[in-house]
Amino acid sequence: MTNTTSLSKNAALAPEADRPFDRKGLVQMALLGLLLLLPVAAYFLGHIYYVNLASRITIIAMAAVGLNLAIGYGGMVSFGHAAYFGLGGYVAGISAYHAFDITPFMTWPFSVPGSDNLLVIWLAAMLLCGLLALVIGAISLRTTGVYFIMITLAFAQMIYYFANSWPTYGGEDGLPIYIRNTLPLFNNNMLDSSDALTYFLICFTGLVLAMAITSRMMKSRFGAALTMARLNDVRLATAGISPYPIRLVAFVISAAITGLAGALYADLNGFVSPTMLSWHFSGELMVIVILGGVGRLYGPLAGAVLFVMMETFLGGVTQYWQLFLGLVLLGVVLFAKHGVMGWLAGRERNE
Amino acid sequence: MSDVVLSLQNLHKRFGALQATNDVSLDLRPGEIHALIGPNGAGKSTLIGQIAGNIRPDEGSVYLAGSEITSMSIAQRARLGLGRSFQVSSLAEPLSVMRNVMMGVQALQSHSFRFWKPVARDRQLLEPAYEALARMQLSHRAWTPVFELSHGERRQVEVACALALKPRALLLDEPMAGLGPEGSAKLTELLEALKLEVPILLIEHDMEAVFRLADRISVLVSGSVIAHGDSHTIRQDPRVREAYLGDSDA
Repeated sequence: MTNTTSLSKNAALAPEADRPFDRKGLVQMALLGLLLLLPVAAYFLGHIYYVNLASRITIIAMAAVGLNLAIGYGGMVSFGHAAYFGLGGYVAGISAYHAFDITPFMTWPFSVPGSDNLLVIWLAAMLLCGLLALVIGAISLRTTGVYFIMITLAFAQMIYYFANSWPTYGGEDGLPIYIRNTLPLFNNNMLDSSDALTYFLICFTGLVLAMAITSRMMKSRFGAALTMARLNDVRLATAGISPYPIRLVAFVISAAITGLAGALYADLNGFVSPTMLSWHFSGELMVIVILGGVGRLYGPLAGAVLFVMMETFLGGVTQYWQLFLGLVLLGVVLFAKHGVMGWLAGRERNE
Repeated sequence: MSDVVLSLQNLHKRFGALQATNDVSLDLRPGEIHALIGPNGAGKSTLIGQIAGNIRPDEGSVYLAGSEITSMSIAQRARLGLGRSFQVSSLAEPLSVMRNVMMGVQALQSHSFRFWKPVARDRQLLEPAYEALARMQLSHRAWTPVFELSHGERRQVEVACALALKPRALLLDEPMAGLGPEGSAKLTELLEALKLEVPILLIEHDMEAVFRLADRISVLVSGSVIAHGDSHTIRQDPRVREAYLGDSDA
């Protein structure tokens, strides 16, 4: 037998990746480019409504990026991601409420004041959502299949009813946010987030970051283990890696991304209510991920564009717009198994 | 005891009224292939499960290189050096061969919570996997998706996955299953070359391969080891002929 390793220095490495300007690359760049350029154009034409619509699409896409990490990359069909979206929203809302009132959120065992600093709010939203997902995931991930779906739903509903019945923060009426939160920049300058375009650009940056992190992570050792956990967890265990902690960490990261999207959403609307926590929203996020293409990096974005557009424009025409959503979903599931992105950009190459 | 790599001591496993494993003791020594044979329903799968870690024995213990592994998880056993292959191919089919084989290397090198460096250009990870693949003469298929491989090649990849763990012992569950005579001959040759480095506990239906490869054979019937010895002894043993080989055979 020849010593194969000495034949070529790079024999063990993966063949070079495909060129960035193939069909998939072009579709992705077009999608992202349009999402960035159209709102900018709308802003300078004075159509603030469309800038806010683009922010809404961007934020929902980001929430779906989080869910896609769980469903698409990790094979964990969570039907409770509204819990993280809503918790992120309530972090923003409650924090602004106390900053407005100049009262502390809690005084014991240590004092936690409210804050109108976006960085603080985002960090708190991600941390709290991560912690909540750690608890929910640690329990839910002991089950699989339909039981996993049901148990994640059950946890999310518990939080929904809790928010509904807590009068301090508005209960079922929700909690308005009276102040605009600010983003601290260099030299003590504050970036005013109440400008629609500024806020859109903040959201857009967040979305691109979330996608970049997901992409990079899925190429790493952790991503390799998570992919194997999804495809064949017996193989992973036999190779010496326990699937459970891998899944749990992915679930926590997924929730943190969705939670950050929730905080952005609350500030966009200036309002947070239990609707953000309801199972309808969990379902919508799932529909978006499936529409766009499960386990595809740009799937959540394509799905969110399609979903929010249909909701906005068809919803303006008829209150029965979900009938058309159903037809589109049917078409995607039957004829474009890999979602809109699979249809536009071709099948994903597996390495 | 020190020259025993894998040792099962008085294993018992009961499923309701069924005694699936009844006081089984076996060992595996360096440099040998120890074959475990038995008719269908003899309790081979249950026994493998207890060695690999997906079934807990009711009584008895399992040792790997002197440490007790009886209550360890599948992944812990693998990291300690127990490589196994499955009766039914269990590779992740959409992924390339390398992505399957490298998981074992990854498990040995550190924890998997490394989020940044891409694996596709990671020499430290890929080169040991490539070597394991070369040992099974499959390095030319390294970046081929598993679903494009022939059945025989998949069996070789299974063994390569186990080799990536730098195992102290290999547990091969019917590696010849479904192979034609040619594929079977090839794998037999590869395993023979391997055994000096890693002892192999071989569960196999292909009697020709067993008699050719095995240094020792244990025969499992109804959960108990009824005979034990080299291939000559086993061929002559009247209980084995009655229970398993059938009188017309051999």
